Amino acid sequence: MSLSLADVEKVARLARLAMNEQELQAAQAQLNNIFGLIAEMQAVDTKGVEPMSHSQDLAQRLREDKVTETDQRAAFQAIAPQVEQGLYLVPQVIE
Amino acid sequence: MTWEIVIGLEVHTQLSTNSKIFSGASTAFGAEPNTQADAVSLALPGVLPVLNKGAVERAIRFGLATGAHIAQRSVFARKNYFYPDLPKGYQISQFDLPVVGQGALTIQVEPLSGNAKPYEKTVRITRAHLEEDAGKSVHGVGGSGGYAVAGGYGIASAYGRGDVTGIDLNRAGTPLLEIVSEPDMCSAAEAVAYAKALHTLVRWIGICDGNMQEGSFRCDVNVSVRKPGQPLGTRREIKNLNSFKFMQQAIDYEVQWQIDTIENGGKVQQATVLFNPDTGETRAMRSKEDAHDYRYFPDPDLLPLEISSDWIEQVRGTLPELPQAKQARYVNDLGLSAYDASILTASREMADFFEAALGDASAQAKICANWIIGEVSAQLNRDGKDMSQCPISAQQLGGMLQRIADGTISNSGAKEVFRTMWAEGGTADAIIEAKGLKQVSDAGAIEKIVDEIMAANADKVAEYRSGKDKLFGFFVGLAMKASKGQANPAQLNDILKKKLAS
Repeated sequence: MSLSLADVEKVARLARLAMNEQELQAAQAQLNNIFGLIAEMQAVDTKGVEPMSHSQDLAQRLREDKVTETDQRAAFQAIAPQVEQGLYLVPQVIE
Repeated sequence: MTWEIVIGLEVHTQLSTNSKIFSGASTAFGAEPNTQADAVSLALPGVLPVLNKGAVERAIRFGLATGAHIAQRSVFARKNYFYPDLPKGYQISQFDLPVVGQGALTIQVEPLSGNAKPYEKTVRITRAHLEEDAGKSVHGVGGSGGYAVAGGYGIASAYGRGDVTGIDLNRAGTPLLEIVSEPDMCSAAEAVAYAKALHTLVRWIGICDGNMQEGSFRCDVNVSVRKPGQPLGTRREIKNLNSFKFMQQAIDYEVQWQIDTIENGGKVQQATVLFNPDTGETRAMRSKEDAHDYRYFPDPDLLPLEISSDWIEQVRGTLPELPQAKQARYVNDLGLSAYDASILTASREMADFFEAALGDASAQAKICANWIIGEVSAQLNRDGKDMSQCPISAQQLGGMLQRIADGTISNSGAKEVFRTMWAEGGTADAIIEAKGLKQVSDAGAIEKIVDEIMAANADKVAEYRSGKDKLFGFFVGLAMKASKGQANPAQLNDILKKKLAS
């Protein structure tokens, strides 16, 4: 499988990356190299092997349901670009 | 021309944990904006999610309550999309390995039209998965909206545009259980019955407070129409319905719109629509390009969730008797009708009240049910209260039922006791004593009264004996009056019948 330039453009758009023609072509070549490696791996027979969801063979540790965080709004909002009335401000979102 | 309606629901229930699903920030509703938005909720660099045991336990409870398979291994995945109320750029959810597998919920459907009878239906639940809620956008902040900062440097100009949106991330990270049904419902009545049954269940098993105004229980409804026997039609999804009434209206409107569109030669396009309660109409949202290309992949920040059989069994041991099991027990062991049983199990508060009032007097089940479904519910309705705010306790009502059962008070006396109890409180015994409501069950005393009225109305007695049966009520009335309404009616009837016949 290889990626078309349109595929790369679409992925870039989904990731909100602005790329010019040259960058798109470079990314296409690099991504296709990776796909080449994946194609090699896919040649391996994996019948009956459960897919891994994580590189470590461990289970998730759980925390007790307790409130441990205190209000640090002032500290967090001191480094935010724009705040008002306790809200973080962003350019208008149209629903 | 008949059409078949096909409906499936996705319900987001906020789980009633104290802290968020992946951090120790509070989930309390109504706090000042962003005071419960910790570093994890804000997606600051370097933070890692740590899963809340309480959220997982609630998911297990739900799975057990719907007879579903609980996955001993499930996986969290990233659902990628950009929106300001989701600062990470992805929502942590579950995709191909959800915590709860296929289950089912049996519902009682009250048809909305005409004389159709209520019926039972089982709706299959495809899956239920854990995920985090997003934050909230507050529109109309700043600029012309009155939030402008003094000194000429208005918020509106900060981004060089007309308006801004405020973001409150208190809700971000609140645990959700998204419950997805199969498209098993074929009318608005069935969809509403399913949503209501689910709403009852999640409160019953204590996993969600069910507060729809606060967004604790939000329904997305997928609707399509087709001709019988044809493949499924294209569906449109009505988003974020937070009242059963709106759900009903939205489905009715949407179904009619789809039928009209097709019959007028048009085609239904797959879309997400919003319901406007003011107009009663559904309207397609501005279609977001690529909106459904979420590029799920397993979240490398979270290891697989493993749930041991021991844990599942331990949770099973803490589950209360479920509404359906209770209904069956009320019908089979207590002899109640299916209708009474379903009303008494509409909420856990109602069922608890019934059982506490009844105590071990199972023979009184029907009369106890009648009082709760009748007088208690009617009075609560009139006062605009729910069961948890009932001014009389189950013990008070139970005390009164005992006095009805042992013949101390008549039904009309009981009504008086009930009114007094409701308004002024007090035990049944104290009220009976204070108001002199104790009925006369002394056979000798009643016989004396009957003898007296028969002697005083010898002509009527003669008429009765010559076949004018209708006069029986006349004698009952006189005797009751003579006893100041306190004669035990059943006993009075017996004695009168005997004496008049002899």
